[in-house]
Amino acid sequence: MSVLVNKDTRLLVQGITGNFGGFHAKLSLDYGTTVAAGVTPGKGGQLWRNQVPVFNTVKEAVENEGVNATAIFVPPAFAADSILEAIEAEIPLIVVITEGIPVRDMALVKVALAKSPCRLIGPNCPGVITPEQCRIGIMPGYIHKPGRVGVISRSGTLTYEAVWQLTERGHGQSTCIGIGGDPINGTSHTEAIKLFNDDPETDAIIMIGEIGGSAEEEAAAYIQANVTKPVAAFIAGTTAPPGRRMGHAGAIVSGRSGSAESKIAALRAAGIAVAETPSHIADALLRIYRP
Amino acid sequence: MNIQEYHAKALLAQYGVTVSKGVAVQSENEFDQALSQFPDDDIIVVKSQILAGGRGKGVFKNGFQGGVKLTRSKREAKRVAEKMLGNTLVTPQTGPAGRKVRTLYFTHAENIAHEYYLAILMDREAAKPVIIASSEGGVDIEEVATNSPEKITKVHVDPTRGLQPYQARQIAFGLGFSGSAFAGMLKSLEGLYQVFWDKDASLVEINPLVLTREGTVVALDAKIGFDDNALFRHPEIAALRDLNEEDEKEVEASKHNLSYISLDGNIACLVNGAGLAMSTMDIIKYFGGEPANFLDVGGGADTEQVTAAFKIILSDPKVKGILVNIFGGIMKCDTIARGIIAAARSVEITVPLVVRLEGTHVELGQELLARSGLSLVSADSLADAAEKIVNLVREDSS
Repeated sequence: MSVLVNKDTRLLVQGITGNFGGFHAKLSLDYGTTVAAGVTPGKGGQLWRNQVPVFNTVKEAVENEGVNATAIFVPPAFAADSILEAIEAEIPLIVVITEGIPVRDMALVKVALAKSPCRLIGPNCPGVITPEQCRIGIMPGYIHKPGRVGVISRSGTLTYEAVWQLTERGHGQSTCIGIGGDPINGTSHTEAIKLFNDDPETDAIIMIGEIGGSAEEEAAAYIQANVTKPVAAFIAGTTAPPGRRMGHAGAIVSGRSGSAESKIAALRAAGIAVAETPSHIADALLRIYRP
Repeated sequence: MNIQEYHAKALLAQYGVTVSKGVAVQSENEFDQALSQFPDDDIIVVKSQILAGGRGKGVFKNGFQGGVKLTRSKREAKRVAEKMLGNTLVTPQTGPAGRKVRTLYFTHAENIAHEYYLAILMDREAAKPVIIASSEGGVDIEEVATNSPEKITKVHVDPTRGLQPYQARQIAFGLGFSGSAFAGMLKSLEGLYQVFWDKDASLVEINPLVLTREGTVVALDAKIGFDDNALFRHPEIAALRDLNEEDEKEVEASKHNLSYISLDGNIACLVNGAGLAMSTMDIIKYFGGEPANFLDVGGGADTEQVTAAFKIILSDPKVKGILVNIFGGIMKCDTIARGIIAAARSVEITVPLVVRLEGTHVELGQELLARSGLSLVSADSLADAAEKIVNLVREDSS
């Protein structure tokens, strides 16, 4: 009843002994996620919280614990190196939470990624969650509920807003994927839509985008041609001034490209229900989707 | 982060890109010394250094026309410089407030045979640097892209290999270069790509790049922007940041690790998370109000940061109301409540305040606010909150 992660996910946490990584690894553990290993160079051999083995390298973690997903909480200056290490070890799912990775580093990561069998989610994202099965990242677990709506978003708290609206109205989620707010990311809106479209246990999709780039326009074209499941969307940044980065490194209207208006127009033209305000995201979906 | 033209040209020169001879000045008593470095019969261009485009078409608030001027003599150059320096230049990109010109750049005027456009930026969808070149320089590139796309050459560069000679040739041929100028163009391209890559630039834009009558390829203007996230590894670039060009409130916010952008409206907002902060501005507008700012306090803000955020918001005299919108995930609602209460103790909040809290520790947060005796309005959804603050501000002003 999910994509990417489920109860069989064996999670590695890169940066598990740091404050941020440790805090969220603990929350994932409490949520029921199998946190199988941690990596912190120089701290190999320790047991984190007296139960999770820590290794010096990702390779050792894969060999000893059979991890099949990793969450990266490493500071921005060292994050690309950690991602490349995870790619080298061919971990199928790499989720990068770190905010502030230089774009140049991500361009190099993408070249390595293209030649690998790995899927990268993020960076600068809240992570991936399949309710009551597996939590990878930093989202509050309790707002989610198992169900059949797939959620994709470039934002963190705005995703929680949409998920909470669904949960409050009694609708659960199959999986929620935060693809991240950076200009170069591992998985695009379109790729995430494909995953949900192919998942027999996802019946409807919510896509949350924002200003900057043209990923939402591309997703709109893909949805129009390939997706029959109901899709609702919201685009943040209608009031954002051009040329300014709105918090996220990727949220910027450059010249005539990346505006909210062009994205909303492309989504509507593709027959997608676009919510008028962030308070009406679940309602926009529930108008076209009656489970 | 963007840097001034004279800094950008100094950087280009280090990478072997030919730029016109130029001297920057910050005060009137440097004029003579600066101008003495040019030959007596030289034609000199006086260029206002501000971080906004459209300088040539700009108008100074003292009535003087043009932020970039070609002068025929040193005496004229000095006279023009006196009109510009210290005055405020308004261009289509500065907004009506304009920017005060604190630096002037005297440059040698080139004998232009042809103007080209050249830019290097990161193509986010392709995840690769892209070089965009056009035989039509000195004009708005987006107009060229719309009206005559055949005049634009685009070349993507594999980031692991860098710009290859055949790609540079493809661009130079595409622009119609030949002879000795062809070699000059290749050298310029190599230098421009190298500066883009080495310094983590987000944009290197040369508009125009010119071919002179003497056959030299010269960067006549230079706009370079850098990836803020990479400045930690380029202290020499970070040192070129011009705080005079930034909004005071934005500079103050950055000291507290708050992401703040000043806007023109009168309803301030304080939100956690960039996407939610943008959407909060959007919903204010949806209900007929105008947002005064973008403000993301981040996922882990503490009481001090929330207090600093309130002080920054309240230092803006335009602000007639405040909307706090928090979806507590990692950020707990009681932390925000404590921040609001602490802020209200140190700065007087005289405008309507609407607070919407949701998520982790929401009951505790609401209880703290209720017990504080603060005059505020609670809201139970984002739409409810936006509608309430818009109505309160409207009632106050009528």
